[in-house]
Amino acid sequence: MYPAELRYSKDHEWIKVEGDRGTIGITDYAQKQLGDVVFLELPEVGTKLTAGDSFGTVESVKAVSELFAPVTGDVLEVNSPLVAKPETINTDPHGAAWMIKVLITDPPSVQSLLDAKAYEALIASEAK
Amino acid sequence: MVAFGGWEMPVEYSGLIAEHMAVRRGAGLFDVSHMGEIEVEGDAAQTFLQRVTSNDVARLTDGQAQYSALPLPTGAPADDVIVYRKAAGRFLLVVNAGNLDKDWQWLQSQSPQGCALRDASEETALLALQGPRAQEIVQPLTSLPLAGIGYYHFAQGELDGHSVTLSRTGYTGEDGFEIFVAAASAEPLWMRLLEAGRDKGLLPCGLGARDTLRLEARMCLYGNDMDETTTLVEAGLGWIVSTDPAKGDFPGRAILEQQKKNGAPRKLVGFEVTGRGIARHGYPVYVGGQAVGTVTSGTFAPFLQKSIGLCYLPATGAATRTEFQVDIRGRRVEARVVPTPFYRRTR
Repeated sequence: MYPAELRYSKDHEWIKVEGDRGTIGITDYAQKQLGDVVFLELPEVGTKLTAGDSFGTVESVKAVSELFAPVTGDVLEVNSPLVAKPETINTDPHGAAWMIKVLITDPPSVQSLLDAKAYEALIASEAK
Repeated sequence: MVAFGGWEMPVEYSGLIAEHMAVRRGAGLFDVSHMGEIEVEGDAAQTFLQRVTSNDVARLTDGQAQYSALPLPTGAPADDVIVYRKAAGRFLLVVNAGNLDKDWQWLQSQSPQGCALRDASEETALLALQGPRAQEIVQPLTSLPLAGIGYYHFAQGELDGHSVTLSRTGYTGEDGFEIFVAAASAEPLWMRLLEAGRDKGLLPCGLGARDTLRLEARMCLYGNDMDETTTLVEAGLGWIVSTDPAKGDFPGRAILEQQKKNGAPRKLVGFEVTGRGIARHGYPVYVGGQAVGTVTSGTFAPFLQKSIGLCYLPATGAATRTEFQVDIRGRRVEARVVPTPFYRRTR
């Protein structure tokens, strides 16, 4: 159910690792918890993030949620069209709703992330 | 499902925005059975209610209701309520779920005489069917001519075989009905209404949409926009305070009369966020760099597509178009006072 080629954080972000590049967004589980997304705040290109740092906020009508960097890296690209149309997060969370692209500066920070199966187990246990 | 006023209630069924828009464009169905119902009956029922509510009960005719409040000696409300006159000497008070116990104690403390109070909440369910298509959906299920029930009027009859009181009231800013029914009939009636409205776009709606709808219509939420520290005039509810000589005395009358005449020190105003962000309950409000209070209610309004809210400003600086700032999680964001209601239905 969750794409096998992605890695996942306990804070419900996903990352697609390609060499030393990573593309980051939030998972389908996260967007369901939020409800209808109406507002998104993302960092500027060049921002240096450490794994676990907040890199922005996503808001639904009823809730505010912080976004946490799953890896350590530098922000290379920001999905500006998504900021203008944040509801895409609800309809295509793993694809068109990618949020930032980073240069991974600490490759070992990828190791502690979950694979699809482990992530599915995590959300199954959270649902109880 | 979340805990709300001592009850477990759904925040949303299919999505907050879809539910909100269904009510604005078609119809939505809410289970608001958590509300409290207190019957006030007896020869002196009206006399008692005149003494404990802010609005003029004498203006009601049989089958008519009015928005009102239970004022305290400070002029602040213990609760906002709706008073229903079924007949002479037979009244119903509908109160907020979270205030039922408090309201009951308060009413008892006001020494009702010549009338008896009865808490009918446990046995009474309340469903609200709201939206421009509400009447169209309900009419086939009843022989009551709904077009004959005016706004803030009600009638008793049968709805799909269940004995009900149908009241043309609501908390959404749209046309619609609140349907009082015996608790045992709630579930079958709920299912029947959903079925009857299915091909007309009726959606079940939760607490999330209930809040965004009422805020767009500038309807107060007790506990957020007013409480025991805010007078009815400060909350913008001077219009439900009767200072007619015939109304007689009630707690807080002198203060409220004075405030209606001379103004109150602060005022609940509606605002729009003109910068980037969503103002929410509890966020600090600044005027000219000075902290003046907090946002009492705030959200992203799905129909209006903007961030709106309510807050108290000093009366000297609360005029429409006044600019001020809301602290949104550490960032000062520009906002502006706007006239309310933010949304008004086209008749």
